[in-house]
Amino acid sequence: MAHDPSSPIVVENPWERLNAFTDARIGLGRAGVSLPTSKLLAFQLAHAQAQDAVHYPLDVEVLSTELTQALDLSEAPLRLHSHAQDRAMYLQRPDYGRRLNDESREYLREHLQQAAVSQQRFDLAVVVVDGLSALAVQQNSSPFLSALYQMLSSDSADWQLAPLTIVEQGRVAIGDEIGGLLNADAVLVMIGERPGLSSPDSLGLYMTWAPEPGLKDDRRNCISNVRPAGLQIEEAARRFFLLLKEARQLKLSGVKLKDRSEDDVLEGDSASGSTRNFLVAE
Amino acid sequence: MAQTYHTTVGSRSYRFASLAELMAKATPPRSGDRLAGVMAESAEERVVAQMVLAELPLTTFLNEALIPYEEDEITRLIMDDHDANAFAPIRHLTVGDFRNWLLSDHATSDVLTEVKAGITPEMAVAVSKLMRNQDLILVAKKCRVTTAFRNTIGLPGRLSTRLQPNHPTDDVTGIAASILDGLLYGSGDAVIGINPATDNVAQSVKLMRLMDEVIQKYQIPTQSCVLTHVTNTLEAIEQGAPVDLVFQSIGGTEATNRSFGFDLSTLAEAEAAAQSLSRGSVGRNVMYFETGQGSSLSADAHHGLDQQTCEARAYAVARKFNPLLVNTVVGFIGPEYLFDGKEITRAGLEDHFCGKLLGVPMGCDVCYTNHAEADQNDMDNLLTLLGVAGCNFIMGIPGSDDIMLNYQTTSFHDALYARRVLGLKAAPEFERWLEEMQIFQDVSTHRLNDQLPAAFANSLRHLPKEPRHGT
Repeated sequence: MAHDPSSPIVVENPWERLNAFTDARIGLGRAGVSLPTSKLLAFQLAHAQAQDAVHYPLDVEVLSTELTQALDLSEAPLRLHSHAQDRAMYLQRPDYGRRLNDESREYLREHLQQAAVSQQRFDLAVVVVDGLSALAVQQNSSPFLSALYQMLSSDSADWQLAPLTIVEQGRVAIGDEIGGLLNADAVLVMIGERPGLSSPDSLGLYMTWAPEPGLKDDRRNCISNVRPAGLQIEEAARRFFLLLKEARQLKLSGVKLKDRSEDDVLEGDSASGSTRNFLVAE
Repeated sequence: MAQTYHTTVGSRSYRFASLAELMAKATPPRSGDRLAGVMAESAEERVVAQMVLAELPLTTFLNEALIPYEEDEITRLIMDDHDANAFAPIRHLTVGDFRNWLLSDHATSDVLTEVKAGITPEMAVAVSKLMRNQDLILVAKKCRVTTAFRNTIGLPGRLSTRLQPNHPTDDVTGIAASILDGLLYGSGDAVIGINPATDNVAQSVKLMRLMDEVIQKYQIPTQSCVLTHVTNTLEAIEQGAPVDLVFQSIGGTEATNRSFGFDLSTLAEAEAAAQSLSRGSVGRNVMYFETGQGSSLSADAHHGLDQQTCEARAYAVARKFNPLLVNTVVGFIGPEYLFDGKEITRAGLEDHFCGKLLGVPMGCDVCYTNHAEADQNDMDNLLTLLGVAGCNFIMGIPGSDDIMLNYQTTSFHDALYARRVLGLKAAPEFERWLEEMQIFQDVSTHRLNDQLPAAFANSLRHLPKEPRHGT
């Protein structure tokens, strides 16, 4: 078939308007069979932002001040650091990111003794961790914790909170060590998730009942994709609070808790408001 | 009886305490082996290990199990299923001779098919450690592994794609939109496969029905799969759900698979259950497995082995259950196992080679995460290399961006690029369908239709009118 020289160089897809229904990169059009320049560059920008998010350091000073004010804390959050000294080590040694460095462990112990709370038990320890996206933590922790603290303080039950901690170069499991040192019944780790192209700012929430070092994933519950364009902050706080209450009632977390709570089918949340598949509609 | 291995190079003497250590130290460098503490301590030690490995008879791997027979059902599977007759033509070879033989003109496609049941994962992995990338490509290209369900995958000159329409909330319209986009770019002959956002039976059944309806309405010669746990799919089958393929992530040690919540008997049960539905039209391969270097170490179930050896042992699990598709998800696991584009590329070629040599229908999720030192150029390179090597299938996703799993894999466009530059085609049954549906103007030259094909134009009229923004 001869090529028609009057046809456009970039062929747009007649179904492009479908992209109003999903964040997926559909209907991109094509130059030959390849990506048009504008779509190529849009992708490169998103990838650059996601890469930057991985290497962007957490501004602990700013976050600390912000949390102290927003949550009306009597003392600033305790500042801790994992065994991974920098980002390059962090990326290659997940085991280092899962435990505190010696200074931090000592600091935490001393602080508890000075504060004369070493014998006290807490209902919940909140641990804010940079993870793979400090951006997510920087932007979303304060709104999330404001919502959560509001729910905790207006609950009929009493919730004793351990000192708030902020951890640099940490992974999820570091919360178990911290929760254990703080004598907390449960720990919430708020951590920057592996950034996606369309979600460099996604926060993950992990809860462990009876935290101690060495626990595996099957003991944790996770709520993922917490960000303004994903799971809304308020809704995430509500879901977490339900999970926390259930954990306290059953005195467990992880797979066993999940089994009881997840038989739901996702459909109400539809972006299209439709549960009908247009491809097979009559 | 385990033995130690010694050699001397110049004034230095080297000692390898076990076969496992020798294998690990002979492995091209990668971060996961460093993390596990099994990597060679110097570049010289690595090559020395390769030289010692090259002298070992292949029969060593039949006499010495890397994980004890009594402790691991995968070792038992490998040893018990070994075919001594198929092994006879290569029985006398050392690992180094095996490389020469594989590259030689003796090892034709037919001969490689005849010996595959005599090759164990450890033999495949050992020889791969001595091979350069071009060797891995050349030998893999000679291996033919063809499977079938509603179409035929893995024929020479074909490159199939899994259409992967994932959505972070499993939104029906969002998934359908990605399926349409993929089909109209010629994607989806390997499978239309969804990773569900919520992993339970009810959700999986909903997604199975969604895909089954699309496949039936448009009479697409392909199959669907929801990538949920094997036990969920078994339950879905009991409930009467339209299950084409059963999915499971698998590893190369019994302990890895236990951490994934299944054992070999579960897979046998699943294969029988899916086959009992008789939903395939041209074949009975009903399993879809995913693997990836690093999964055993990640599950703390690697028994001190290097990650490539664990990976190849997973192919022994795969070939036992006659899969339609086996997919090494090479760059998904992250930089602590494969640090950068170079390590990902090497691992992708190794996995494809080892799988094909063992007779497994190997495809590859050519992918990376945003915390790895890799980018689209690395993926272009690996995609091209695997296309040359005769890889059975790759992924296809809108614009390379998986908005649910947060990683980048090959796009619908990428697959067409590979088909065009390498002269590859879709599975024959699917290719005919693409032509009949007028998705392509000319499928032989990969010329897409500029217009919306009639059957799909009609469906677009049923779109919901007002999308709701900001879920």
